[in-house]
Amino acid sequence: MTPAPVPGEAVVLRRSRLLQQWQLVLPLALFFAAFVLGPLALLGYVSLHADVSLEEASLTQYTKFLGDGFNLGVLGATLWLGLKVTLLTLLIGYPLAYLYSVSTSRWQGVLMLLIVLPLLTSAVVRTFAWLVILGRQGIVNELLVAVGLFEMPAKLLYTPAAVVVALAQIELPLMVLPIITVLAGIDPNLRQASLSLGAGSWRTFLRVILPLSAPGVLAGCLLVYASSVSAFVTQTLVGGGQQMFMPFYIYQQAIQANNYPFAAAIAMILLASVLAIVVTVNLLARRMRGVVHG
Amino acid sequence: MRSESVASRAERGTFNAVVGALSAIAIVLLIAPTLIVLLVSFTSGQSLRFPPPGWSLRWYQALFTDSPDLWRAATLSLQVAGTATAISTVLAVCGGLALARQPRLWARFLDSVFMSPLMLPTLALGLGLLVWFNVFGTGVSMVTLVIGHTAITTPYILRTTCASLSQLDEVLLESAKSLGAGPLFAFRTVTLPLILPGVAAGAFIAFMMSFDNVAISLFLSDARSEVLPIRLWNIIESNLDVRAAAVSGVLIAVTTVLVIVMERVVGVSRHVR
Repeated sequence: MTPAPVPGEAVVLRRSRLLQQWQLVLPLALFFAAFVLGPLALLGYVSLHADVSLEEASLTQYTKFLGDGFNLGVLGATLWLGLKVTLLTLLIGYPLAYLYSVSTSRWQGVLMLLIVLPLLTSAVVRTFAWLVILGRQGIVNELLVAVGLFEMPAKLLYTPAAVVVALAQIELPLMVLPIITVLAGIDPNLRQASLSLGAGSWRTFLRVILPLSAPGVLAGCLLVYASSVSAFVTQTLVGGGQQMFMPFYIYQQAIQANNYPFAAAIAMILLASVLAIVVTVNLLARRMRGVVHG
Repeated sequence: MRSESVASRAERGTFNAVVGALSAIAIVLLIAPTLIVLLVSFTSGQSLRFPPPGWSLRWYQALFTDSPDLWRAATLSLQVAGTATAISTVLAVCGGLALARQPRLWARFLDSVFMSPLMLPTLALGLGLLVWFNVFGTGVSMVTLVIGHTAITTPYILRTTCASLSQLDEVLLESAKSLGAGPLFAFRTVTLPLILPGVAAGAFIAFMMSFDNVAISLFLSDARSEVLPIRLWNIIESNLDVRAAAVSGVLIAVTTVLVIVMERVVGVSRHVR
């Protein structure tokens, strides 16, 4: 007869394990409470005040932001920029991830290096590269003048399109990597089965591969979106002074105008809009997963 | 083998052509900007004209002869990134040990809180920290700069640590325990060696992200301490000095070497996904 397990022992064991886990996670939790959640909460608190001295609590900052066409324009331009960048990276990032998934392992190594290298190269350097490329004496202008498309070098820098292209290039790895991961997890037999049952390449892609890779696509889209709406350096340097986006607006109001409550309100509005989009897409993803797995 | 109809071959051809063309654009986009900056950094001219009028090493020489500002900024950046990475590695590995493979709600919740700096606009966090330190009267200093950088680098290490821990074979830990190893001894001799590549990859990515950060440093450094990306940004914004290209060239070269070395040693690319 086997001895019955002693219930008390298991409980003690589990409790000590739980205690240990709490102790392990405590430093990180305290750090985050003190230096991430605390400051963000304080930012929210500051944004709910009328003036810098924080004497009068009011919603003035928010009504000021939401009641002004210029401010709403900045918010709209920022979110619209995020959307354009996301779509462009998806358009060229997905094929690259697909190419990776069907390449031999030797080529996969090369492609991976090409994708990871830019990701870890300084974003300031990569932004600077676009100033060199799109400048009046840059390669694009020189080429366009040389083939006779332009008579004179055109203003390419500081245009909305320049910001979109530069950001798309900078965020591209963030789109490609999650899609690569999800494509690697798809059973290759599914593709073979679809092809041998008579569906063509396009149909196989649209009906089999694309739906199955949806979680990776959504993850990539979220990363690119969140990252591009807050890409302060690229937005400022490639966009120039005429185009205003939310991150620069925060910086300007806080550092240059010393209007902390208003800067805090802009930051909260940007935070809220990013958070709202992330949560919505995540909910959407959960529902889609239900559809894919029947 | 069934012979393929002309139509289906053409159909496959267009599919491959579209995938190939779009991938080619993506690959060119990934490589070209870096290459162009590298080429321009060897210009003999005074401007960032491409193609350069001639070749020289004068801008690299300028880095060594008359750029104390850049060296000071680079040193500060290395110090901040190094310290922040060291602190966040300890925090994240401890946290990862508690959170990995823990399906409970509190663990999932904490995990998403700790990951949030990856998604949130870092500029908002920078502003929040600035106000926070002002309210508590500490002002900004090297310490606050390191704290800010630690907050944004922790998620990278936590992610790779948790991923490595979840691939760890639990049987190994069970056998260590049944052979009499205490938790600390088991961690040192079994867990740590097995998760070390993941932790190292995470720490490497965290270091690079910290070294490159502008949004946090902009708010948290005082007037005297300027980190390299901000110095570089100021150069680019004010007069587009060609030294910026030479600094970029150095950064590109160092990054490339580090990435290739780290790829060989710990397999960085497996951990960025």
